[in-house]
Amino acid sequence: MSVSVQEADFDVGAETAALSAGRLDVGAVVTFVGLVRADKLSGAGSEVSAMTLEHYPGMTEKSLEAIIAEAGGRWQLQGVRVIHRFGRLLPGDRIVFVGVASAHRGDAFAACEFIMDYLKTRAPFWKKEDTPEGGRWVDAREADDSAAARWMT
Amino acid sequence: MSVKVLYFASLRETLGYSHETLTLPESVSTIGALRGHLARRGGAWEALGEGRNVRAAINQEMVGPESAVADRDEIAFFPPVTGG
Repeated sequence: MSVSVQEADFDVGAETAALSAGRLDVGAVVTFVGLVRADKLSGAGSEVSAMTLEHYPGMTEKSLEAIIAEAGGRWQLQGVRVIHRFGRLLPGDRIVFVGVASAHRGDAFAACEFIMDYLKTRAPFWKKEDTPEGGRWVDAREADDSAAARWMT
Repeated sequence: MSVKVLYFASLRETLGYSHETLTLPESVSTIGALRGHLARRGGAWEALGEGRNVRAAINQEMVGPESAVADRDEIAFFPPVTGG
């Protein structure tokens, strides 16, 4: 189980391979990679030219570790890797990696989705988009809250 | 009671401060009360007032308005998170 919060990009292939390296008890590795989209946002009608991610150093790492620990209490997991970038990112850049290794695919799929849903609502990151009209903070989406809430049963 | 208060993202920009150290009167003993205390500074600080969409953490753990504030706590206020 490991967490990195970093400015640098990451190597998806190397991170994915590391989740099962030297282990014969892993039957499934599920990974998620989040990317910066060059959206046309509703109402604004302007392309995002770049994005800056701010975070709360210290709390960010703690919150990601807590989310992984919670996932580990719900599913049988052999390994979890979470990487989240901060700083200035361009459309097409990778933002986040979540990789989960488990004996069976069911646990790996569910845990990967759970970690992403919780990360979206609990990890202290904030996105600011650069547009031709200037910087604009991204509003939190209600859909993210409901995605996280469906795990609370 | 003395606490460190941090502000992040749009709230930091609105207030023009990223952090401060505050000595609190005895009447301010919860996160909700601290928000009210800060909002009473007026102007931009009303962004922390009741009903505004502001989240809080004590010592880097997300908390609600009823959570108790203790001496030397690190308190943070910020808008809803938008990572991932």
